[in-house]
Amino acid sequence: MKFLAYLVSGISLGSIYAIIALGYTMVYGIAKMLNFAHGDVIMVGGYISYIAASNLGLPPLISVLLAMAVCTVLGITIEALAYRPLRSAPKLAVLITAIGVSYFLQNSALLIFGANPKAYSPVVSGTLQLFGGQLSVSYVSLLTVACCIVIMVGLTLFTGRTRMGKAMRACSEDKGAAQLMGINVNRTISLTFAIGSALAAVAGALLCSFSPTLMPTTGSMPGIKAFTAAVFGGIGSIPGAFLGGILLGVIESLAKAYISTQLSNSIVFAVLIVILLVRPAGLLGKHTQEKV
Amino acid sequence: MMLKAEDLNVYYGPIHAVKGVSFEVREGEIVTLIGANGAGKSTTLKTLSGLMRSRGGKIEFMDKSIASTAPHKIVELGLAQVPEGRRIFTRMTVEENLDMGAFIKKNANVEADKERVFEQFPRLKERRKQIAGTLSGGEQQMLAMGRALMSDPKLLMLDEPSMGLAPILVEQVFDIISELHKAGTTILLVEQNAEMALSIADRAYVMETGRITLSGTGKELAASEEVQKAYLGG
Repeated sequence: MKFLAYLVSGISLGSIYAIIALGYTMVYGIAKMLNFAHGDVIMVGGYISYIAASNLGLPPLISVLLAMAVCTVLGITIEALAYRPLRSAPKLAVLITAIGVSYFLQNSALLIFGANPKAYSPVVSGTLQLFGGQLSVSYVSLLTVACCIVIMVGLTLFTGRTRMGKAMRACSEDKGAAQLMGINVNRTISLTFAIGSALAAVAGALLCSFSPTLMPTTGSMPGIKAFTAAVFGGIGSIPGAFLGGILLGVIESLAKAYISTQLSNSIVFAVLIVILLVRPAGLLGKHTQEKV
Repeated sequence: MMLKAEDLNVYYGPIHAVKGVSFEVREGEIVTLIGANGAGKSTTLKTLSGLMRSRGGKIEFMDKSIASTAPHKIVELGLAQVPEGRRIFTRMTVEENLDMGAFIKKNANVEADKERVFEQFPRLKERRKQIAGTLSGGEQQMLAMGRALMSDPKLLMLDEPSMGLAPILVEQVFDIISELHKAGTTILLVEQNAEMALSIADRAYVMETGRITLSGTGKELAASEEVQKAYLGG
C-alpha cells in the first residue's frame, strides 16, 4: 500500500513535469530552440495566481485563469522581443538569450516580490481516503492528473484536427514550405509560445499547491526537470513529453522513497543518461536528418 | 501583365547568385526558365515567392509590387510555388498536405477542391490517409503539385518538377502541366530538362551563371544553335 502511495505521488508530480515539458517540446518542435526561460514563466504564473488569490481575494479558478492570461502575454512578448530578432542567428546566440531571459525574470521577481518565500494556499485542499484510510490521495494530486490528461487530449486534438494545429506541424517540419502554403510562420511561433506559457501558468499553480513555498527561483528546478522529461520522451513529441514527465515523476518519487532523498535528483538524471545512451532521440523521438 | 521582374539581384552572403535578371509572364502563358545547375533559377523563384529578397529591382504581380510582401501574403495574392525537391510535409498524411495547400482559404469548405485534385491525381485519392513520406518519388511530385493547386493559384511556379523521376513519370508530369495550362492556369516552369520544357513552353529564357543570356519563343530556342549545343546535346 505504501508503494501505491509513492506511485500516486510520483504520477501526480510527473503530471506537473509533463505539463511543463509540453511547453518545452512544442517550442522546440516549432522554433527549434530551447526556451530556458520557460521554467521562470511557471514562477511568474505562481506569483500572479498567489497575488490574485491572497491579496485580491479572487477564487482559485479565476486566479489561475488570470495567471494564464498574464503568462500568455508574457510568453508572446518574450518571443517577439528576445527571440524573433534572432531567428536567423546561430543557435548558441538564441540559447544564451534564453538563459538571459531566465535570469531577467528571476531578478525582476526578486525586485518586485522580494526574496522571502510566500506561503501559497493550494487551489484545492483536502484528501480522498481510499481502502478504508490506508491510501490517502490529496485532491490536488487528482486535480493535477486530471489537468494533465485534459491538456494532453486537448493538444493532441488541436494539432491533429484543427487548421492552426496542422499549420504548427507543417512549420515544425519545414518552415519554407509552410510559408509557400500561405502560413504566417511568425504568428504560428507566437501561438506556440502563447500555448506553452498558458500551460506554464497552470503548472505554476499546481506546483505551488504541492509544495506551497513560492520564491523567485521556484521555477528553476522543475523547469530543468521538465526539460529533462521532454528530452527523455523525445523532444518535439507531444506524447513523448507526457510519457517522459510521468516516468520522471515516478522515478523521482520511488528513488526518494526507497533509495535516498538526497540522491533522488542524481538518480533521475542518471536514468536519463542511460536512456539517452540506448535511445539518443528519446523514448518516442524520431531521428531526423538535418536538411542541407 | 501577370508577373514582371525587373533587375533582380540576389545574394547568398558574398555570392552574387542572380545578376540583374528581368523577365515577364503574361496571363495564360507557359514560360520556362532553363539552364544548368547553379545558374540561379531556383533562387529567382524563391525571390518571387518572397523567401529571398532582391537588392533593388522590381517585382510586380498583377500590377502590384510584391518585392517586400511577406511570403504568406504573396500566396494569398495567387502566386503559388511547387518548390525544388517537392518539400511535402513527410510526417503528415496526403490529405493533411492538401489541407495545408488550402491554408489561405481559412474555414471554407475545401472538400470540393480536394475532389478536383483527386480527379487530376487519382493515385493521391487511393493514398489519402497515407503518411506522405512513404509515397514514391513520382507520387510525392503529384502531391506537391496537387497541394499547390489547392490554393487556386493564378500563376503556378514549378521548380524542377521532373527532377529525380523516371522518364515515363517525367512525361506524365509534363502532361499534367499542359492540362493545368489548358484549364487556365498561367505557368512559370524552371527546368534542367530543356527539351521537355521547351516543347510545351510559349516562351523561354535561358539562364547562365546568374544572368539571362537568351530569350524567345519555345520553338525559337529549341531551334537555336546555342541552346542545341549547350542543353539539347545536338
